[in-house]
Amino acid sequence: MAQKHTTTVVIGAGHSGLAMSYRLRERGIDHVVLERGQIADSWRHGRWDSLRLLTPNWQAELPGARYSGTDPDGYLTMPEVVDHIVDYARIASAPVVSSTAVERVSAIDGGYRVQTDAGEWHAKTVVAATGACTLPNIPALADGVPAGVRQLSPLDYRSPAMLDDGGVLVVGASASGVQLAEEIALSGRRVVISTGEHVRMPRTYRGHDIFWWMHHAGVLDERYDEVDDIVRARHVPSPQLIGSPERRELHLGTLQDHGVEVVGRLGMIRDGVALFSGGLANVTRLADLKQERLLDRFDEWALQSGRADGIPPHRPEPVTVPAQPRLKLDLVAEGISTIIWATGFTADYSWLDVPVVDRKGRVVHDGGVTEAKGLYVLGTSLLRRRRSTYINGAAQDSDDLAAHLDATLAGDSRAARVPA
Amino acid sequence: MTITETPAAEVDNGVNSDALLAARDQLREAPEAAEFVWRATSEWKSGTHSVQTIEHFDGLGTDQQHKSAYVLEGDHPAIFAGSDEAPTPVETVLAALAGCLTAGIAAVAQNRKIQLHSVTATLEGKHNILGILGGDPDVRNGFNEIDVHFDVKADATEEEIAALVAQSQKRSAVFDALTNPTTVNVSVG
Repeated sequence: MAQKHTTTVVIGAGHSGLAMSYRLRERGIDHVVLERGQIADSWRHGRWDSLRLLTPNWQAELPGARYSGTDPDGYLTMPEVVDHIVDYARIASAPVVSSTAVERVSAIDGGYRVQTDAGEWHAKTVVAATGACTLPNIPALADGVPAGVRQLSPLDYRSPAMLDDGGVLVVGASASGVQLAEEIALSGRRVVISTGEHVRMPRTYRGHDIFWWMHHAGVLDERYDEVDDIVRARHVPSPQLIGSPERRELHLGTLQDHGVEVVGRLGMIRDGVALFSGGLANVTRLADLKQERLLDRFDEWALQSGRADGIPPHRPEPVTVPAQPRLKLDLVAEGISTIIWATGFTADYSWLDVPVVDRKGRVVHDGGVTEAKGLYVLGTSLLRRRRSTYINGAAQDSDDLAAHLDATLAGDSRAARVPA
Repeated sequence: MTITETPAAEVDNGVNSDALLAARDQLREAPEAAEFVWRATSEWKSGTHSVQTIEHFDGLGTDQQHKSAYVLEGDHPAIFAGSDEAPTPVETVLAALAGCLTAGIAAVAQNRKIQLHSVTATLEGKHNILGILGGDPDVRNGFNEIDVHFDVKADATEEEIAALVAQSQKRSAVFDALTNPTTVNVSVG
């Protein structure tokens, strides 16, 4: 099969890849969007049934498409997210080539060769928008899990109905971990949740959604090059939040109200016994202190901006954990039939045969711009600003990177700077 | 040349936090240099009394040496029929935890530009010795619980001090070693 030529290959037809397509069209740059499956593929397959977005609907906007539905304060379900992104592909008239999995990208003279399972493309520039949550991060200690205990990641989990009746150990207390722990506990199963460092946030504060505060007080606009320790910041677990119609709170306190047992970070599995850290009290204290600092910042902003109307400042109760938390759990003897590794995700760049990948398989980039001329990444955590982690971060990120890409094509190295 | 503004009162806890932050960045680039090996040697004297010497360690890709050899001792008190020449090793563990957390508080305070005036700590290790005596199979050998109480006087709010102490636990090697399981390989001969 003869190779095809285009100026830019965008890999991935999720919200980020489609936003980039919109920007490239704006600039008249010839491109294709290669998609391994269908548009919004990850949102169709790698998500559990009850999941809704963490961000409210008014934040689901993409370049050229504001949210126009009837429930701006609601949270989209996964089928709604898929519809939203499919609609967006139509609005953006994105040239999506579906069912085309990229197998290898390598540098050639004047650009890149993109090999797929359905032919080869040559392009001057490539934008990898393949998703931040492609592979589950399963720790090496999982090797010690006894045979017969089923192991799932949030990418495999669908609903409690797929589980045995036994107990469930959820490892990790990010948004995924606490959401799954709650849902499984409400199904009547025994649940133990193991937590290291985590991020607690109230769903609503002083009458507004937490994302309203983060948006208006400028938290989401903090740039990647202003953050104190960007490597660490990009790996902070997602906040303990759930998108629900009643905007309910979800944290280690509410989980304990549902009978979930909270234990420290999983340190080791030795002879079938899970061993947990005795430092649980400190990680919950750290999370409460960090939450208080965030709310202090919002109160200060509210005062300065004159938006301190309505409900006065208040503080959620600190989380109380057992004074002597469990340090050991004999998995088989205690009837734990399932372990869910809610221990984060990584992006999969195994197909990227260009020397911009570090020893941990991460693409090294400066706000999405790699050292390899014309190669970009988009749609990962804190790529260019805190907002990058969420759907509507794609709007500005894609604009910034499209400007850089355009200038690179024009051969203007001075203009090919990422706008501040 | 740039003009730098000198703060009215420079925070100085005796910690060079700039050097620590620079080291962090350098070690990210050269992760093999971050692999350290700490060493202690030990020799039995008599009864429960032994002497430990600490002098060399590996780090930054090479042999390192303290400015002198440090000597610690371990023994048991008279009520255990020991000669009480030195602290019991479990007490030395408490001392190590205090040393580690206190160093962390100073480093974090420096980094956060908080002037410390005093940092004192009291530690209690709750220990049922029926475990080590083999008197009750349900009792563990080690501590059941450790309580650490800090008193920190600093130019900071109560919350900032709480955050200092929390952060020092988060970055403490000894706190981690005590709260998490560690594989210990013991060989002989």
